[in-house]
Amino acid sequence: MNPSDILAAVLVLGGVGLTFGGLIALANKRLKVWEDPRIDGAVDLLPGTNCGACGYAGCRAFAEGLIQGEAQPAGCTNMGEDGIQDVAAFLGVEAGAAVKRVARLLCAGGSNVALQRGDYHGRRTCAAAAAVAGGGKACTWGCLGLDDCADACTFDAITMDAHGLPVVAPALCTACGDCVDACPKDLFTIMPLDQHLIVQCKSMLEGDPAEDLCQVACTACGRCVDDAKPGVIAILGGLAVVDYSKNDKTGPEAIQRCPTGAIQWIEYAQFAPAREPAGSLSS
Amino acid sequence: MNQNVFWILLSAMIVNNFTLMMFLGLCPFMGVSSRVGTAVRMGLANIFVLTITAICAWFLHNFVLPYAPYLRLISFIVVIASMVQITEMAIKKLSPALFRQLGIFLPLITTNCAILGMALWQTTKYDYTLIQGLFYAVGAGLGLTLALVLMASIRENTELSDVPSLAKGTALTLIIAASLSLAFMGFSGLGSAS
Repeated sequence: MNPSDILAAVLVLGGVGLTFGGLIALANKRLKVWEDPRIDGAVDLLPGTNCGACGYAGCRAFAEGLIQGEAQPAGCTNMGEDGIQDVAAFLGVEAGAAVKRVARLLCAGGSNVALQRGDYHGRRTCAAAAAVAGGGKACTWGCLGLDDCADACTFDAITMDAHGLPVVAPALCTACGDCVDACPKDLFTIMPLDQHLIVQCKSMLEGDPAEDLCQVACTACGRCVDDAKPGVIAILGGLAVVDYSKNDKTGPEAIQRCPTGAIQWIEYAQFAPAREPAGSLSS
Repeated sequence: MNQNVFWILLSAMIVNNFTLMMFLGLCPFMGVSSRVGTAVRMGLANIFVLTITAICAWFLHNFVLPYAPYLRLISFIVVIASMVQITEMAIKKLSPALFRQLGIFLPLITTNCAILGMALWQTTKYDYTLIQGLFYAVGAGLGLTLALVLMASIRENTELSDVPSLAKGTALTLIIAASLSLAFMGFSGLGSAS
């Protein structure tokens, strides 16, 4: 290779680069779009996790919503009180109030109370187990306990307890809904923290057939319907269903005579955190 | 090299369809094919970039690259990257809604192998004239658009149908893509004598 080759290469590539660089510079001048500088500022203050719990496509879309007045800083469930105040101060808007929402598991059938129909050996994910005849639990609707939700949670809010049930830590949960999507049994639901009366069961069986499979199943006996204020609870499809539009009328009295404990009055967290590591589960 | 330009267009569009026969540009084919409207616009953006790239590639091939033929690949990459950048600015200016819909797939045209493949084939494999190159590029773009629109229409129709949960989503999309590709295989060899 002689020096003129190097020169040719430099000239060719340099020329091409310069020409198109110039074109881009020209296009940038001609086609510049003015963007509200507050959007970038607000994006820097937001958590940047793009979890989507606010209902927008990501943190940037949420920031645009904030500036257009469609959203309030408190709509972000993921940045804590200080962060919300920072954003509100930066944009000069009201912080707003939002009821904290958390993911709730509608199943309490851990391995200690629910009957196992068979042993599942294979990829340890709920999705795979559910594809094999619905998993090993006798109850078709029950939690399989193979950590899909805990894996899906980007905020480490879900840990598995000693009986293979996911425990949601309300303080860490941002209500993003990833666990709702991850669960093949559709057991998770996002609920406001002020809805205390929760039926922790999805079994549509009634009476003894339900209780045979799981000690904490809802047997649709109807005692809670009588104990609660009129119209708050109804029996639908083998389950007690709470009408949350009448949430202010709910009270702990509804759960008093529940024979299985399927309906619970939950102040904060659903289940006790694990004392043993999740690895000690019997499969 | 006195091929009919319309045959070049038709060949690039259907017989040698870039996506379904050459398997180039699969990224937008999978990514932006959920709505027909978006697919059409993505196709138009691709046609635009392809056409501009064809002109630049022809110019480089005939006037610049003879001095340094080994710089073909890198200079084409520079051309494509710049053209996509300019297209992106133009779309952002002219149609912010489209800009949002295309999202990450617009900058990804930069690395869309269909564009680079077109530029390389146009210059080295066929050695087209400017006019032929332009028809080739538009044909390739129309072919991409055709593939995107076909895919999007099928996906819109399967969206509400009862699909076994194992095959839902990406799996079904890949199965549809395979069937479409098989269908286009029927054109292979067409007009190869000319």
